[in-house]
Amino acid sequence: MIKVDNLIKKFGNFTAVDNISFDVKDGEILAFLGPNGAGKTTTIKMLTTVLPPSSGKIELNGYNPLTQKDKARHSFGIVFQDSSVDDELTAYENMMMHAVLYGIKKSEQKVKIEHLLGFVELWDRRNELVKNFSGGMKRRLEIAKGLLHHPKILFLDEPTQGLDPQTRNHIWEYIKKMNAEEKMTVFFTTHYIEEAEKAADRVVVIDHGQIVAIGTPAELKTKTGKDNLEDAFISLTGKTIREEGADSFGRMRQAGRMGGWRR
Amino acid sequence: MEIIYILWLRQLKKYWRSKARIIGSLGQPLLFMLAFGFGFGPIYAKAGGGNYLEFLVPGVIAMSILFTATFSGLEIIWDRQFGFLKEMLVAPVSRLKIMFGRSLGGATVAVIQGVVVFIISLFVGFKVLNWWLIPVALVAMFLIAFLFTLFGTGIASLMKDVQGFQLIVNFLIMPLFFLSGTFFPLTGLPQALKIVVQANPLSYGVDALRGALVGLSSFGFLMDFTVLAIVVIILLGVTSYLFSRIEA
Repeated sequence: MIKVDNLIKKFGNFTAVDNISFDVKDGEILAFLGPNGAGKTTTIKMLTTVLPPSSGKIELNGYNPLTQKDKARHSFGIVFQDSSVDDELTAYENMMMHAVLYGIKKSEQKVKIEHLLGFVELWDRRNELVKNFSGGMKRRLEIAKGLLHHPKILFLDEPTQGLDPQTRNHIWEYIKKMNAEEKMTVFFTTHYIEEAEKAADRVVVIDHGQIVAIGTPAELKTKTGKDNLEDAFISLTGKTIREEGADSFGRMRQAGRMGGWRR
Repeated sequence: MEIIYILWLRQLKKYWRSKARIIGSLGQPLLFMLAFGFGFGPIYAKAGGGNYLEFLVPGVIAMSILFTATFSGLEIIWDRQFGFLKEMLVAPVSRLKIMFGRSLGGATVAVIQGVVVFIISLFVGFKVLNWWLIPVALVAMFLIAFLFTLFGTGIASLMKDVQGFQLIVNFLIMPLFFLSGTFFPLTGLPQALKIVVQANPLSYGVDALRGALVGLSSFGFLMDFTVLAIVVIILLGVTSYLFSRIEA
């Protein structure tokens, strides 16, 4: 479903993603783990046609996200790490916008929106402006939006960040259900390693832009000799705390500014 | 079509919901009409120019359209800041449609703003020469609005964050506004200034509006509308290109 070959992304002199290759099978749930600044978000951005890679090959549902953008975009849904909803519209209007952008039939729009807003328990508040929502509610809206068009592949970039355990469980149950019923392939990143342990079929661990391990949670535990995935993760990536704010976006802005035309 | 419509509607809803912004953006034109209209009025009349308010109002309408339209194009920077831009950019929709729907919405909002300023001007004492020409005025308003929404969108497509915003206001929008014949007639200008004013597309918008509302025109409708239409077409091409290259 997803095939990545020798993918590289450089921002100026900084290599955010350094020659990674992996594939995700049809219907698989894959966790993409790594410390802050490891290159997770940059990878997701390249997979979702947002950033062009410096070099390497990507295949999504058989399409090349560089040359067959629209077909690739129809194939996936994405929940970004940060907000992608319009604060000055209501929850319902945001969902409707998404439904129209993804070409959902008029007759199905309302039913689907009601179903998904009901699922994330926002239906009662559908007519409120998103700017009045709490962080958790916004997150839930993002997830409902990503699932609205029943994508073949769902990308989730730290989807449950800042949510309480109840909501996290609830959301994971739904994602697993969609995965089982519709064979939806799921690609997610998270810092809650126990989520990966519970939900993922396979795990890819990335650090400093390079893949350090691929395997099922069980395989990674055996490989490192640890009895839970969190310890395995730490033994794979080391104990150093990563520079705060050195995420790919910050680097990109810096790179843009240094080589840029603005100053 | 539905995509263009929903993006158009989004701009209108956002405009309608920001009451503070609507009122705030009416303050400036009103101030210009009162302070300049009545302040310079007597001198202008003494110099044989006639009624200054009548000369000024079309310019002030064009000004408020210029500001509203350019800012609504520039709002893409805020869409980027708050994340909504990503939603538009990863959608399986041609960028052209997104750009077009959004710009059409921005232009509509700017026309509404222009009409409101026009209505206010009637209370201040502005008199329309020929009401039959109001549709012509509306077309001129729309062309100005669309032109500058595209302009703002194009500029915003080149910017990564809001830092350069003030720069654009001071070095692009203000000169466009002041050097457009809004405040002064084109006759008797120094040659250099005249060339600058003639190179400014807004001058033709102001001229068309003035022609339609009070019957004063330096270039003539044909020239005005031809220039506006050509610039709109060029900007459509350039802006589509710039917008298609945005990376979220």
